[in-house]
Amino acid sequence: MSPDKFHDPDFERHKAGKDNPEDYGHDLDRAPDSDPDAEPIPNPGLPEHTPRPTDVDERLERRAERQVAMLFLAAGLLSVLFCVAYFVFEPGIEGETFVGMGASNASLGLTLGLAMLLIGIGAIQWARKLMGDHELIEYRHGAPSSAEDREEALAAFRAGSRESGFGRRKLIRNSMLGSLALLGLPAVVLLRDLGPLPGRKLEHTVWKRGVRVVNDVTALPLRPEDLRIGQLVNAEPASFFEHEGPDGETVPAEYEGTELIIEKGKAAVIVVRMSPEEITPVSGRENWGIDGIVCYSKICTHVGCPISLWEQQTRLLLCPCHQSTFDLTDGARVTFGPAARALPQLPLMVDEEGYIVAMSDFEEPVGPSYWERG
Amino acid sequence: MSTTTSKASVGRGGQKGQKPNPVAWLDERTGLAALSKKQLRKVFPDHWSFMLGEIALWSFVILLLTGVFLSLWFKPSMTEVEYLGSYANLRGLHMSEAYASTLEISFDVRGGLLMRQMHHWSANLFIASMMIHMLRVFFTGAFRKPREINWLIGLGLLQLGIIEGFAGYSLPDDLLSGIGLRIAEGIMLSIPVVGTYITFFVFGGEFPGDDFIPRLYTVHVLLIPGILVALISAHMLLLVYHKHTQWPGPGRTNNNVVGYPLMPVYMAKAGGFFFIVFGVTALMGGLMQINPIWLYGPYNPSQVTADSQPDWYMGWLDGGLRIMPAWETTAFGFTLSWNVFVPAVVLMGLLFTVLAVYPFIERWITGDTREHHLLDRPRNQPTRTAFGVAGMTAFGVLWIAAGNDVIGPMFNLSIYAITWFCRIGLFVLPVLAFIITRRWCLSLQRHDREVLLHGYETGVIVRSPEGAYSEIHAPINPVSAYNLTTHERRSPLELPPREDANGVRAPQPGKERVRARLSRFWYGDDVDKPTAEELEEAHHHAAEHGQLDGGRHVGIETGGHVGGDDFDLEQAPNR
Repeated sequence: MSPDKFHDPDFERHKAGKDNPEDYGHDLDRAPDSDPDAEPIPNPGLPEHTPRPTDVDERLERRAERQVAMLFLAAGLLSVLFCVAYFVFEPGIEGETFVGMGASNASLGLTLGLAMLLIGIGAIQWARKLMGDHELIEYRHGAPSSAEDREEALAAFRAGSRESGFGRRKLIRNSMLGSLALLGLPAVVLLRDLGPLPGRKLEHTVWKRGVRVVNDVTALPLRPEDLRIGQLVNAEPASFFEHEGPDGETVPAEYEGTELIIEKGKAAVIVVRMSPEEITPVSGRENWGIDGIVCYSKICTHVGCPISLWEQQTRLLLCPCHQSTFDLTDGARVTFGPAARALPQLPLMVDEEGYIVAMSDFEEPVGPSYWERG
Repeated sequence: MSTTTSKASVGRGGQKGQKPNPVAWLDERTGLAALSKKQLRKVFPDHWSFMLGEIALWSFVILLLTGVFLSLWFKPSMTEVEYLGSYANLRGLHMSEAYASTLEISFDVRGGLLMRQMHHWSANLFIASMMIHMLRVFFTGAFRKPREINWLIGLGLLQLGIIEGFAGYSLPDDLLSGIGLRIAEGIMLSIPVVGTYITFFVFGGEFPGDDFIPRLYTVHVLLIPGILVALISAHMLLLVYHKHTQWPGPGRTNNNVVGYPLMPVYMAKAGGFFFIVFGVTALMGGLMQINPIWLYGPYNPSQVTADSQPDWYMGWLDGGLRIMPAWETTAFGFTLSWNVFVPAVVLMGLLFTVLAVYPFIERWITGDTREHHLLDRPRNQPTRTAFGVAGMTAFGVLWIAAGNDVIGPMFNLSIYAITWFCRIGLFVLPVLAFIITRRWCLSLQRHDREVLLHGYETGVIVRSPEGAYSEIHAPINPVSAYNLTTHERRSPLELPPREDANGVRAPQPGKERVRARLSRFWYGDDVDKPTAEELEEAHHHAAEHGQLDGGRHVGIETGGHVGGDDFDLEQAPNR
């Protein structure tokens, strides 16, 4: 077998003729090829082609051929195995396992992945070992069209423009541009019903005077004596759950579905008990706590993550998203991190039956800042 | 198939007994032969780094295939349902249909988990390979004329890819993705004047509402993929039109492209590579868990998990949010949250603006308006390389910042210390990286020059009869030597005079002077490759030196001059 079995002089000649820079006939504005006088070493030119072992040894060539075919055959077998695995194994991670993984997923991934991989490796092996490996040279053409082409294009455009009278008939042109610009209005107005206007919705939560503070998991109302010093409870308003009404009757949850999720995103709170001496009361809020029990919004004033990391020893509450840190002994002031404002405080009192209830809604909007917040 | 045959077959169209000719049939209806004769044997240059963009392309194809599969079961709905599927830990819980159907795909559809994990892995791969491809293009100068538009298209692809990825991992409506959306809401709220309105329009009211997942779904499966397909097509068409850049080397010039033909070599190699990327992604989907949404639980706006991390490509934004000082201004009844708006909106705009204008700035400073098809070695563009590394450093600092809560416990570091390190590091480290990289590149240039002039260090130490020790330097082989001299010799722009000889002020003298200064900053410190004369003199000197030192030394050090067959360096000056 000749090392040049792939060399097709006819094709190369034909190609060179078609793709010669001279054929483009216009000035190429590009970095010049190295100026032989200025360059310390001249371009040695494309190195001679070195034949591969498979080019000169027929035995190796046939071996490579067999290798590629084996790869493809193995891939085909794996595709069949994929189908077997599909029917044999139950999906899910609770069914059969395979080295700790769901057997279905792992076997499907393995068979499909290996089948694909072998096809890919086979194709590339084919290209590397058996397909022609003569480097070809193609000449570049400059990116621009020739000067004549550009001139003709401009002439065509000018002719079109002249015949349309676009430049001359200013009345038509300007009225058309105006009407097209105004089409933007319907396009924008049409989107108006994407959502309601904000109004004052961000300023209020469902907390109001007398709403019981309940544990957010058990839905049980909290009494001051339930809380040890240093204990923090994630809480929500009782109206999110089926709860006891003022006369001892059972009241169904007042919110559900989408509405519940929206309100939860604003009304979630944390209730914490500290010893009263630790607390530096904020002026005007002296009576907002009950014997060292205070309640703050759980929604971070930075970008709204629920704050949940309670450092009991330091009395710091840390947001797990961006590490804003709030000092609960000091009006939930920000001690570190990107949040700019203290957590809003929910004023608390105790109702006749001894449960912790809200004294009112929050006095400021909870959650992240926004333009109209003021 | 020649045109004569096609014409003939037109004439004999419906004759009986004529063998059907598919090529003629197709060409008579599409005229594809004219295109095919040129493109079938189109030449592509070979280099491993040209494969990075290919990974991005193929992972996009995998995303389309797996995404269509997922869409057959996924229900983009926030309607609350009770979960009754096969995953026992969540059975009976109330959740959105989106989350429930994602659980169904994961546990009840055979192959569903595989497709879901492949979809997520290939999304990561898509964005990672686009970023690395972009770095390759940046550091080798492949964005220069005539490829600036392709640079911009690529940048658009990267941005859309990031948005698409974020939209995708938000769709399952699990606890982690819900937190991500809540943060996105907080960012939207921080936009001055219109932020609240944007938020209410996007979410159909207050966060989270029940409109958002279906809306996001349309954006994720139709709008953005449609634009991506269009931009990828434009990217590829321009690539074909410009022809691929290549590394300089023997026989490779700015006027040609040397490599293997599309058919058969690149059809096999690039086509085979699709299967390899697909295969690796399938293995990852089968064996490596990603985004186990069943462990996070359904979204609940009052819950969060510790170590909440966005997908890695959003990390730099999250890092910005974490290290920004708590600045907020309230005036005239309005609030401006610098602490959110600056890192999330301004920073993102800044990064993408800098990337978009970079090719044009470099072109203005260097005054280089020519086409470039040969790639730069990063060391030969010290200032550009230094800018790139500085940018990567800033990106890395933001990335570390986004992982402060994971890095802290892992290395037993204070989270506050990490945050402060990143706050300062964001400004200091890129400057340091710039200075170090630039000096490093210049040193490498100096090294290249040394190697050309005096050969490489053989590691062979000889002792002269007088007792002096010296290391033998041997010339490098001619191809390597040529490769070290392929870059252009550059000189900074001259500082233009304020007035010409007749005392007429130059138009915009200030602008030109700024440009000349910048150009001096850009190129002024470059260590130029030796000239032909310098090279000749160095070799001449080496030869003389060798003779003085005695025979053995000469034999090795001046091998190039003695054995002309092996080393023809000295031919260069003779030209």
